[in-house]
Amino acid sequence: MKPWIACWNILLKDMRTYYLKPPNLSWGIIFPFAWTLMFFVRSETAVDVRSLLPGIMALSILFGTTSMLAVTVTFEKKGRSFDRLLLAPIPLELLMLAKTSGAVFFGTLNAFVPIVMAAFMTDLSGVAWWQLLPAVVLIAVSSAFLGLFIAVSVSEVFEAQTFSNFFRFPMVFLCGLFFPVKALPFALQPFAYAIPLTYGADLLHEAVNGMGSLPVAISFAALLVFCGVLFLISLRNVRKRWIV
Amino acid sequence: MNDPGAAAIEVRGLTKQFGDSLAVDRAEFDVIEGEVFGYLGPNGAGKTTTINMLTGLARPTAGTIRYFGRDVTQNVKKVQHLMGVVPDESNLYPELTGQENLCFCASLYGMRKSEREHQARELIAQFGLADAAGKRFAVYSKGMKRKLAIAAAIIHRPPILFLDEPTTGIDVSSARQVRQMLTDLKSQGTTIFLTTHYIEEAERLCDRIAFILDGKLVKLDTPGNLVRGIQNQHVVELTISGSGTDLTGPLHETFSEGRFERISATILRMHSDLPVQLAPLIRFLEERGVGVLEARVIRPSLEDVFVTITGVELEQMRKEKEKGGRGS
Repeated sequence: MKPWIACWNILLKDMRTYYLKPPNLSWGIIFPFAWTLMFFVRSETAVDVRSLLPGIMALSILFGTTSMLAVTVTFEKKGRSFDRLLLAPIPLELLMLAKTSGAVFFGTLNAFVPIVMAAFMTDLSGVAWWQLLPAVVLIAVSSAFLGLFIAVSVSEVFEAQTFSNFFRFPMVFLCGLFFPVKALPFALQPFAYAIPLTYGADLLHEAVNGMGSLPVAISFAALLVFCGVLFLISLRNVRKRWIV
Repeated sequence: MNDPGAAAIEVRGLTKQFGDSLAVDRAEFDVIEGEVFGYLGPNGAGKTTTINMLTGLARPTAGTIRYFGRDVTQNVKKVQHLMGVVPDESNLYPELTGQENLCFCASLYGMRKSEREHQARELIAQFGLADAAGKRFAVYSKGMKRKLAIAAAIIHRPPILFLDEPTTGIDVSSARQVRQMLTDLKSQGTTIFLTTHYIEEAERLCDRIAFILDGKLVKLDTPGNLVRGIQNQHVVELTISGSGTDLTGPLHETFSEGRFERISATILRMHSDLPVQLAPLIRFLEERGVGVLEARVIRPSLEDVFVTITGVELEQMRKEKEKGGRGS
């Protein structure tokens, strides 16, 4: 038995069936485009594209990844085709990694849409790509695991969407993308540091504009811890709720 | 794995509790290698829950499960490569074609691309689905979906196959093809665990049959032995005419050794532990203006065994199932 064959084919199947479908691809382009446009319209003066870029990238990853994964996993569980995966002789950990890898790939692709758009509008020299790329991937991984956590916690597709927003919107406002964490009311600051996107956004700010407020190593470590914890909670929930 | 007569699956004290209700209550049975093992019971009896525990989709509350002598109660995943599962509802991927679905299922068992494509083509041809191989699963008929689900379950050539109600809700011709496929698989040595509510299907296909009722395994034997168990019962069916009145009361008073049952306006049935003397019975009826058009001795069938043991009326069970209720 070669588990990698199963994992690779789960990824390929998900990419074909869900992520690379024209509606989702256009969503992946329209969403970051709409965010960019919104900031242009909101600003009465010239907009510093580079200062907006980390926020738009982070939101594209967060919304793209959590929406897709929460919906696709819930959809498969509801249609009982997920049982087929649970019956496959591959460890549950590998199965869930394979199932989330499509969302990670999709989220990472989404992050590069605003970068491509920004490349036509501003000079991107000086961006620390070596730091930006792993930051994007880690934000995508933590968001995918958040999506998995949501998917495992609900039983209907509409519940997945509602429950996702319960996490996503507070994260958007608390993570420091649009208001620096230090500018938040003191009582809210601990919440900001309890969400993975704060560390991801800080890494993106640092990589694009050199304006991160946390040490890079701390942010990477925090993101890794969030990934691990969310994944383990999701696995526990799958065992508890789906293999009853 | 090739010792004839050895148990492929051994189940001891298998129990599943959901809150206060016992879905499966201390089930004990062996499934012998190469046999077709029937698991019969009405809706809610615990058939699907048992399959889920045996395949790793549910955790037992108590008891043990052994596959080929190996205790896997805590980790059925270790033996999932040995089994194929056909659920009661086809759960393949509606967006993929028949060929793609089979290839994907084969990949879940680690089969290489060339091998899975070859095997998928062979199964599609064998199951008479060649014309639909390139069509999306979503547009398949129920019978085609069920056949493809069976093909998906055996694409990795598992030694054990679980089928949950394989012919429910499909047309007569597809059901016949499915039964033929199962016969072929058995002749190739596959051990088959089959749940069904079609008694005649179980009688035709199964080497041994277990009756399950309210989570409890109430009887387990070969169809022949099960029927022999009630063969001391004699049943005579009379086709009558000429009386609208119910004579079962007076009949019982006169023939106290018998139990009378009015099946319809023209059919009267007598059950007795002793051989039935037809002449006095016919005379009794004719004296009361009831003509006897025909008298038949009925051999007890597996259906009678099932009704006797479980007290569940088969027609009611069938209707419930076909209304769309799922097994449990």
